Amino acid sequence: MRPFAYERATDAAGAVAAIAQPGTMYLGGGTNLVDLMKLGVETPERLVDVSGLPYDRIEDVPGGGLRIGAAVRNSELAADRAVRERYPLLARALLSGASGQLRNVATIGGNLLQRTRCAYFQDVSKPCNKRRPGSGCPARDGDHRNLAILGHSEACVATHPSDLAVAVAAIGGEVHVTGPEGERTVPIPGLHRLPGDEPQRDTVLEPGELVTALELEPLSTGLAARSTYRKVRDRASFSFAVVSLAAAVDVADGTVRDCRIGLGAVAHGPWRAWRAEESLRGAPATEANFATAADAELAQAEPLRDNAFKVTLARNLLVATLAELCGEVA
Amino acid sequence: MLRVTHHADISLRINGADHALSLDTRTTLLDALREHLGLTGSKKGCDAGQCGACTVLVDGRRANACLLLAVAVDGREITTVEGLAAGEELHPLQAAFIEHDAFQCGYCTPGQICSAVGMIAEAREGWPSGAADDLLAYPVLDDGEIRERMSGNLCRCGAYANLVPAIAEVAR
Repeated sequence: MRPFAYERATDAAGAVAAIAQPGTMYLGGGTNLVDLMKLGVETPERLVDVSGLPYDRIEDVPGGGLRIGAAVRNSELAADRAVRERYPLLARALLSGASGQLRNVATIGGNLLQRTRCAYFQDVSKPCNKRRPGSGCPARDGDHRNLAILGHSEACVATHPSDLAVAVAAIGGEVHVTGPEGERTVPIPGLHRLPGDEPQRDTVLEPGELVTALELEPLSTGLAARSTYRKVRDRASFSFAVVSLAAAVDVADGTVRDCRIGLGAVAHGPWRAWRAEESLRGAPATEANFATAADAELAQAEPLRDNAFKVTLARNLLVATLAELCGEVA
Repeated sequence: MLRVTHHADISLRINGADHALSLDTRTTLLDALREHLGLTGSKKGCDAGQCGACTVLVDGRRANACLLLAVAVDGREITTVEGLAAGEELHPLQAAFIEHDAFQCGYCTPGQICSAVGMIAEAREGWPSGAADDLLAYPVLDDGEIRERMSGNLCRCGAYANLVPAIAEVAR
């Protein structure tokens, strides 16, 4: 690991001032960054520790939303009563991620901004357009079984590993950020970008911008009551998703009144299934219609040589989960 | 505000005793424990947060010591496997591991035990797990719950069949 200076910020202004020095990175819980530093993927000259900033609260927002400080730990958010009651799909997404130990340390801000686990990105002996722009993408013709089926580019087929982001993309929300140019909010979906020809940029954040909070839109009780997060993976626990799904359906008299669907581990960021949602709203809650909705979304899929199974997996996961959620009211 | 170059003078409270350390900022908590303080109970398995052999308690919460920079936990209260027994009296989980023969080679054991201590505390506070049917129900640590909550600790010998009953005996 490359030697680095360390500084513990006590307020956001101090952190933003410190980040201006070249080679500086923010350190949250460090569960991803410290790992990447050991691998030589990240080589900061200086770390600004922002994990102790006063962004450790979970507060109600007028109108029914929830504001979550960026330094809140994953385990604390999953255990929060308001999250369990009003956003069960979010609690389930968090609980499906990593391990108990990691959830106790990883922050909400860091979870959203974690890097891909693509094997080539994590191996500095290999080319990777995300790690070293212009060096090439061996994943495209190499080991890509678990990489993107949607929205990828010639330059990058990486997937984003966050479960939290998938649930947030389905619920709808925004992050509050502060940076050298001041404060702003960035919507989710919208924080994470598709790779295009700049795969080194995971998100639309500008250099030096610091996430201070995640704000969730209110989720109607009808949607929350029939919502879940389902994660398909190679072992039953403590593993990244092969495909995951955040879903919420409001059904009355056998008809879908409203729905929210997010897919994970299929693209460069969480994938909001707008086309599936549009297909479902107002439609009878039948398995045939769930399949039509899944097909409407996945018609855009461009699987790689070895990951076409993920298209079928996503389709089956969507149909089975919606049937299960709607079955509970039938 | 703490601001250091490549070296940091820090203080860690470990198993109830204060330790002043002068460390390269790259030193993880795990290396500080093992290489600088001679506390070799916490084990280095993968050194990447994937195996749980290095699990310790930080301010009472379980964490992977291999992914924590020592400088970042300056001033925090650390408990390692060496700090669990009360003198000659074993911690109930240590005793249960012996009683149930919950290990073979023993390399993952300190991490398993520290993780189980933290896990039981989390459950007693009502924290849910991914194994719960009802997220709002107070957790009952049946075998399925224990397996899910302990999934951050791998045992290459495959002693899970005895690990689960050992933890269950203390958890229930």
